[in-house]
Amino acid sequence: MWNTVFPYLLSGISVGGQYALIAIGYTMVYGILRLINFAHGDVFMVAGIIMVYMAASGVPLWLCIPLVLILTAVIGFVIERVAYKPLRTAPRMSAMISAIGVSYTLQNLVLYVTGGLNQIYPTIPWISDSVTILGATTKMVTVVTPILTLILVVALVQLINHTKIGMAMRAVSRDFETSQLMGIKINRVISTTFVIGTFLAGVASVLYFTNYTTVIQTSGAMPGLKAFVAAVFGGIGSIPGAVVGAFIIGIAENIIKGLDIILFKAGVISGPMGLATFSDAFTFALLIIILAVKPTGLFGEKITDKV
Amino acid sequence: MKKVLAIVLAMMLVLSAAAMAETVKIGVFEPASGDSGAGGKQEMLGMQYANKETPTVEVGGTTYDVELVYADNGSSTDKAPSAAQQLVSEGVSVVLGSYGSGVSIAGSQYFADANIPAIGVTCTNPQVTAGNSHYFRICFLDPFQGTVLANYASKELGATVAYCLGELGNDYDQGLLTYFKQAFEGLGGTVVTESFPTGTADFTSYLTNAANYGAQVFFCPVSIAYSTQIVQQAASQGATFPILGSDTLDSNVVANAAKGTNVQVIITTFYQEGASPEFDEGFKAWLNEDSEAMTNNGGNDMISAVSAMGYDAYYTALEALKAAGSVDSAAVLAALPGVSLTGVSGAIAFDEVGDAIRNSAFIKKINNETGDWEFVTEQTVE
Repeated sequence: MWNTVFPYLLSGISVGGQYALIAIGYTMVYGILRLINFAHGDVFMVAGIIMVYMAASGVPLWLCIPLVLILTAVIGFVIERVAYKPLRTAPRMSAMISAIGVSYTLQNLVLYVTGGLNQIYPTIPWISDSVTILGATTKMVTVVTPILTLILVVALVQLINHTKIGMAMRAVSRDFETSQLMGIKINRVISTTFVIGTFLAGVASVLYFTNYTTVIQTSGAMPGLKAFVAAVFGGIGSIPGAVVGAFIIGIAENIIKGLDIILFKAGVISGPMGLATFSDAFTFALLIIILAVKPTGLFGEKITDKV
Repeated sequence: MKKVLAIVLAMMLVLSAAAMAETVKIGVFEPASGDSGAGGKQEMLGMQYANKETPTVEVGGTTYDVELVYADNGSSTDKAPSAAQQLVSEGVSVVLGSYGSGVSIAGSQYFADANIPAIGVTCTNPQVTAGNSHYFRICFLDPFQGTVLANYASKELGATVAYCLGELGNDYDQGLLTYFKQAFEGLGGTVVTESFPTGTADFTSYLTNAANYGAQVFFCPVSIAYSTQIVQQAASQGATFPILGSDTLDSNVVANAAKGTNVQVIITTFYQEGASPEFDEGFKAWLNEDSEAMTNNGGNDMISAVSAMGYDAYYTALEALKAAGSVDSAAVLAALPGVSLTGVSGAIAFDEVGDAIRNSAFIKKINNETGDWEFVTEQTVE
């Protein structure tokens, strides 16, 4: 039984970790700006494309990875300055539409650069190696992802709870205007948020594309959407919520892909039922159920009515 | 002054109209982006090369320049209708394409309404030509292809359990899976079929399923973007079963993905390098001098079967134009059923449905050391 379930669990934990890193970007930006940054998934994809072209141009891999992470963070910073900052006082809907615009701009830029051809991600030594854990063979990155995700999340929580900029972030997320009156430079805080979010998306892209090596202009759409669902599931605005949500979605999705054979081997069903088809439907059904039953998500902020 | 200007402009209009009359337009209905973008571009390469080789055609005593008019159907059935309409409004005489059966079916009605004949190059689903009189094709069909693969899996590889995986809602994939299943079960095997949603990148769980079901072959007639993922993930999982594919996997992109791994990839296809040395040589020379063509071919000069088919399709269109004796699309449509020629991929003639009369397919596999396709056998089914 365990041997049957374990490989799915492993895939789920790995993909969950990658969703988590993307979901943090969604949740942090939402926490501070109340903006759903729809371009986030595409920044993740652009990070993948930059890596492909950088490695192809002969830059050594050990240099590529930090350069890609820095460049991705810079892209996040620029996007915020160009597309969101001028809309700071505009209705929230305008910034959201601007985000959708950025998303399509990035996709079409990549379509133009790659000519619509799928690019093969460079093989990064060590994390691309095959490894056998408890009878399941997989890539090293599958094992590295959850560990790295947890380290990064703990570091991020420390940053938010114990540094000056972290305190400023918490203050801004509580009350935008008051913190401005208290002398917090909110543009700096918002830029930092974007830089951290896109940096983590860059890390996620290295891990994700090492596992699933094809990058095309739409590669960011599905992971971005699932990470968004994870962020809502965990309670948008909450970092631990996003991480827990992402792992739950990653694992559930992979278990469902293998549910047929698991049930079959357990003797519950007599033949395949085609349940694997519903793996994505499950993710989005979950989103609807969560929104209907607990709109604030698992770890969402409590809404207190002021009298 | 104004009068002179008016006369000059009017002259220019007449002259340009006269120049236009010397051109015959052939529509290229192919995906240049999306999941099948790589395959569509390779198919277009064959047409572009043929167009470069024979840029003019003599129709009814007049020599016409052949102009290829491109419309990108984006590999998706919701973009295909607008691409088809674009070609119709350009006034093309005949349409070539598309790579992928789903988009061909989606665009079909627009060509029918405008009385424009279409020549399918590598769309293998029977639905493309069934029940209409304007869609023709020069390749073999999925029932044939599925049967060939099922026979090969059962007789040559000795497999009794097959795992089949296709994309949800993709007519091509699902069609082939059905025909493979019928043939394989007819030979006494068992088949497990699963489907994945569009945009999937994580195939690890499906590969695990295959292993858990005890599959001896993994049949996935999917787009190039998915098949490269499947091949690489199979390699990292240490999969022991060979991967069987259809003509869509016949791309050097897939061969590159399997290079340096232990994954066996075996496919059926339309053309194998070496069948027409003259074409091979000319095509490679062209790729090597045109850097954009080289990029569209995946960065090397390996010949994809779809390029050879694109080349044959172009000449089939020229033959049809000659036979029609007119560039009017209705005349071409009337002339097409009687067209026959010998292309680089074999003899081409149409049956009453508009399908090519073919009974053999090439089977080839990837050499894991060099990353090249190798000829295995030519399989004939009566």
